[in-house]
Amino acid sequence: MAHASRRHFLRSGAAAGALLSVPAFAQGSGRVVVIGGGFAGATCARFVKRLNAKLAVTLVETSRTFTACPFSNEVIVGLRDLKAQQFGYDKFAAGSGVTIAFATANAVDAQKRTVTLDNGTQLDYDRLIVAPGTDLRWDALPGYTETSAERMPHAWKAGPQTQLLRSQLEAMADGGTVLISAPANPFRCPPGPYERASLIAYYLKAKKPKSKIIVLDAKDAFSKQSLFQNAWKELYPNLEWVGLSKGGKVNSVDVGEMTLVTDFERYKGDVVNVIPPQKAGRIADLARVTNNTGWCPINPETFESTLQPYIHVIGDATIAGAMPKSAFTANAQAKVCAAAAVKLLAGEKPDEPLLINTCYSLVAPDYGISVANVYRRKDGVLVDAGGGVSPLNVSASFRAQEAAFANGWFRTITAEVFG
Amino acid sequence: MIGPVAVIISAALSLAWSGIATAASLTDAPPGALSCSGCHASAASVETPVPRLAGQDADAIVAALQAFRAGQKPATVMDRIAKGFSDEEIKAIAAWYAAQKD
Repeated sequence: MAHASRRHFLRSGAAAGALLSVPAFAQGSGRVVVIGGGFAGATCARFVKRLNAKLAVTLVETSRTFTACPFSNEVIVGLRDLKAQQFGYDKFAAGSGVTIAFATANAVDAQKRTVTLDNGTQLDYDRLIVAPGTDLRWDALPGYTETSAERMPHAWKAGPQTQLLRSQLEAMADGGTVLISAPANPFRCPPGPYERASLIAYYLKAKKPKSKIIVLDAKDAFSKQSLFQNAWKELYPNLEWVGLSKGGKVNSVDVGEMTLVTDFERYKGDVVNVIPPQKAGRIADLARVTNNTGWCPINPETFESTLQPYIHVIGDATIAGAMPKSAFTANAQAKVCAAAAVKLLAGEKPDEPLLINTCYSLVAPDYGISVANVYRRKDGVLVDAGGGVSPLNVSASFRAQEAAFANGWFRTITAEVFG
Repeated sequence: MIGPVAVIISAALSLAWSGIATAASLTDAPPGALSCSGCHASAASVETPVPRLAGQDADAIVAALQAFRAGQKPATVMDRIAKGFSDEEIKAIAAWYAAQKD
């Protein structure tokens, strides 16, 4: 890497008796490193560069292909090809002005402001943006390990796991039982388990009508609950939801028996989808920006970590007040963070944050529902400043329009992020 | 009669200048504006039923958002989102998108 080290600059400056306080970016230059090329990280890298072309921006991403989670529930039930979820970085590389390092970040030194990659490269930064998404907690649900996930897929990271759950559903005989274990809050995509249950119920109704699906839930309330439950009553009599207070919390997993164990019962399934508890992605731990919850506290004005200066965290990994962990949120946070980081590098005051989240779920391919809110800062946290969920009693054409908007949203956001 | 003409010229000039000053530079994006492009595509090539905002008339954007917020314009989602913005924020966002070249 051909970067002139800022520390070197400062050392030689000091040796020459120059002012130590003159930063490298005083002339408008500066180095920004972004770790993670998903909805949060790729957006942020792009916008930092667009906001100040003089900044050297490097995006660190392990995979050469991004597989998007939104709409992956359609892949699971055969309504969509996994390829429609996949985006390369060629257009991003050509159009963003951002340097991409296809590597895994293995260490962050917050004192020296360096990131070390698995290929041995060391990147210096003036501002680091960490966008690692979520990791599944393999220590949280007894019996559920990475090996178990080959029999009981989580499919909570889109890719081979999505295909596995799809092929298991396809192979299941009519009359079978599908189980979903949904985790307690917080986790990636709060309405996701219920969209998945809906679409699986849609698939079973059409293809395997003697089958049933049971959702075992570690909580009593969930995102867009009334909308989902009304739709289920109307469309999917074979879908059963068991909340926490009815004994829905899965305490352990018996992979050999394809069984989920709760306080009162053992549920045996033919297809078992375990969505385990989650935490911020690994590099957040290594950068020491996670607290004891496993997630990352941030200053909502800048998305700078409250634990480490010069490191920002965006997307699913954050503790962002009332904002849910969604792709839209990640994209919106990335833009606020990019603007703030650019201003901080220029010695200016960041703007007051004002963000939107809009999150669609499909109850059926032509039946969309949404939650949409505006967020602003109050007493140091991001609070809901207005919005809400889709109305309860509306026409089929209203639901179809929301489904069309959901599809349009996916094309729009992926075009903005990946080109 | 020189006075009013000078005022008109000066007003025109100041409009022109304010136009230049707010010519939709990304760095001038008012709070909240950049969130919109999550759904309202920046690129014309994106296939979506959601209208693009770039280059639209500012007054029309303001009128639409105020009507959404008041429940006077049919909507699926914009009635909810509009509730989160003040008149001043709506005007700033509308002006910024209007100043963008299509």
